[in-house]
Amino acid sequence: MNINQNPIILNVDNLHASIQDTEILKGINLTVRSGEIHAIMGLNGSGKSTFAKVLAGHPDYHVTQGSIQYEQQDLLELSAEERAQAGVFLAFQYPIEIPGVANSQFLRLAYNTVQAKRGKEELDPLEFDDFVREKMKLLEMKPDFLDRSVNEGFSGGEKKRNEILQMALLEPKLGILDETDSGLDIDALKIVAKGVNHLHNTDNAIILITHYQRLLDHIVPDFVHVMEAGRIIKTGGKELALELETHGYDWIHNDQKRTVGAST
Amino acid sequence: MSAALQNLVNQPYKHGFVTNIESYVAPKGLNEETIRLISAKKDEPEWLLNFRLEAFQKWLTMTEPHWQNVKFPKIDYQAISYYAAPKPKNKLASMDEVDPELLRTFEKLGVPMHERAALAGVAVDVIFDSVSVATTYKEKLAEVGIIFCSISEAVHNHPELVRQYLGSVVPVGDNFFAALNSAVFTDGSFCYIPKGVKCPMDLSTYFRINTQDSGQFERTLIIAEEGASVSYLEGCTAPQFDTNQLHAAVVELVALDHADIKYSTVQNWYAGDENGIGGIYNFVTKRGLAKGVNSRISWTQVETGSAITWKYPSCILRGDNSIGEFYSVAVTNHHQQADTGTKMVHIGKNTRSTIISKGISAGKSNSSYRGLVRIAPTAENARNFSQCDSMLVGDQSGAHTFPYIQVRNNSAKVEHEASTSKIGEDQLFYLAQRGIDAEEAVSMIVNGFCKEVFQQLPMEFAVEATKLLSFKLENSVG
Repeated sequence: MNINQNPIILNVDNLHASIQDTEILKGINLTVRSGEIHAIMGLNGSGKSTFAKVLAGHPDYHVTQGSIQYEQQDLLELSAEERAQAGVFLAFQYPIEIPGVANSQFLRLAYNTVQAKRGKEELDPLEFDDFVREKMKLLEMKPDFLDRSVNEGFSGGEKKRNEILQMALLEPKLGILDETDSGLDIDALKIVAKGVNHLHNTDNAIILITHYQRLLDHIVPDFVHVMEAGRIIKTGGKELALELETHGYDWIHNDQKRTVGAST
Repeated sequence: MSAALQNLVNQPYKHGFVTNIESYVAPKGLNEETIRLISAKKDEPEWLLNFRLEAFQKWLTMTEPHWQNVKFPKIDYQAISYYAAPKPKNKLASMDEVDPELLRTFEKLGVPMHERAALAGVAVDVIFDSVSVATTYKEKLAEVGIIFCSISEAVHNHPELVRQYLGSVVPVGDNFFAALNSAVFTDGSFCYIPKGVKCPMDLSTYFRINTQDSGQFERTLIIAEEGASVSYLEGCTAPQFDTNQLHAAVVELVALDHADIKYSTVQNWYAGDENGIGGIYNFVTKRGLAKGVNSRISWTQVETGSAITWKYPSCILRGDNSIGEFYSVAVTNHHQQADTGTKMVHIGKNTRSTIISKGISAGKSNSSYRGLVRIAPTAENARNFSQCDSMLVGDQSGAHTFPYIQVRNNSAKVEHEASTSKIGEDQLFYLAQRGIDAEEAVSMIVNGFCKEVFQQLPMEFAVEATKLLSFKLENSVG
């Protein structure tokens, strides 16, 4: 585990959240500093994706307890679009299709909206075209991506690459990747990982949500957290993911029992 | 439904104001005397009076249709005034002489007539209530032999044309509302494109209902001679009233050999308030006859207004190889009801038709697509493709599709596709997560949904339609 004294980007304290009166998150604590990559692992239903959606401000989830500090602001005070404008980015597990809307139009609107809010320069369609094509090279995307409707008829791999393209355009401070590896073949996985590594720097941070170790071979985390039943039950370095891969999630329980047994 | 989605639905009508122009209003009620009065006021020839009277006799035997998927209280046809006209003033030689109040009305609408005409190169034939007030560009069109004037003028100046074609596509007894229109129509547009002439500009009419409680019954007739082509634009707005106003127009198009008529409508009449009070009842009969070989009739409509829309712009494909097209966007909100679609009647050989219908329902509104594709025994190798897509905004609106297909020739090929989708929280959240607020998100999603239809509109109309749709569905999202 790296010892990092960089500024804290995200501080989650005892976060509880519910959907339709069912509590999903039951006390999450997490501190993310700039320059860090955190992986969150866990079985289906452990609350990983819910955590990602709550960070991004999904309206269906209600925070019932705890706090989220982001860059010295109360993140919970911000709407979803304000969070995006402030640099919180969620790469969706299932990117949404918007029929009839050209990808280029969507990307430019998102880019210019965020640029304007950050007091930066907006681009006209021609300038944007040049700009986005450069970014697309990074992800080995064909130019016809721009003319197709947003995510409509995209393969799983194309959708995920489109997500990372958006991340490249919006330059988030905190990038949250929700199972970006699912549905990707190994070649696509490498392209996506290369893109993410390229975007990662000492000023931003990334949270990777994943089931599998294989993504972490390509994007190496500083921390691995294991979630279960709405809590982070174990935190370790990148080797924790390898142990999980080898022993399975049950191993943590046994391991914990041993730990608990040893301490009594 | 989220607060954001609910707020999207609350949008006051922008064009709600009444212009104070002196009007002559006929006494309420409908009988032979009323019809004779209208005919006399308009100094009409006897054949036209007889046309009206025949229609009235047919109308008396008919009953108001209620098979459509809309609900409305019984209309008292005797409580309506059937004629309203600005009191006659001196003949207008130029735009400068037009009542400034009228010009201000157009300015309030955001489409100052002279500017619009000049900037967009569009000749505008203005219908203000029931009588044409000003016609522009007439001379320019006359140079190539195009007649573009009010139908009243045409009756006096080109009686042979009007007499030959009026009622030839929509017969006087076609349906209840067409019969009513044929009996009492007061004005409308007439357009004649002579042989081989491509109309050099889009022709445009701004319809407007102004006098409270006066039903408006326009009559439009467009004829494209052999090899002629024309693009005609109809835009509609109406001021805000609490009582329902009846509107029953008839539009007839005739395309001869190799002729091409494109008819585009953006309709934004008052839809009633958010509780369903007031609004226009829009019962329209629009039909195009593709009479000649290789002729084409194309309807494009963007229907955003009216409390009730009952409208099926249709194509009779009589000429061999003729083409019929129908592109439609119908948006309903609050308590609006729309039952709209088309009829494609294939009679000639190798006739082809395309139907693209997009329905968007928000609030507590209901939108229905109703379409008929009929392939007659004579229509060898006829082809039809229909696509009907519905989009629901929120969870209290309804969308319905009623396709009727009658095929009597086994060489025909008919395809029908339909889909229903919903603007979901997920789409809005996705766009919000990219920094885009709900207003812009809905606008983008809806305009994307309607793209195939908007592409058919002339440029300036497409821009207007895009804005109108955004305006219709967005407001103060917070």
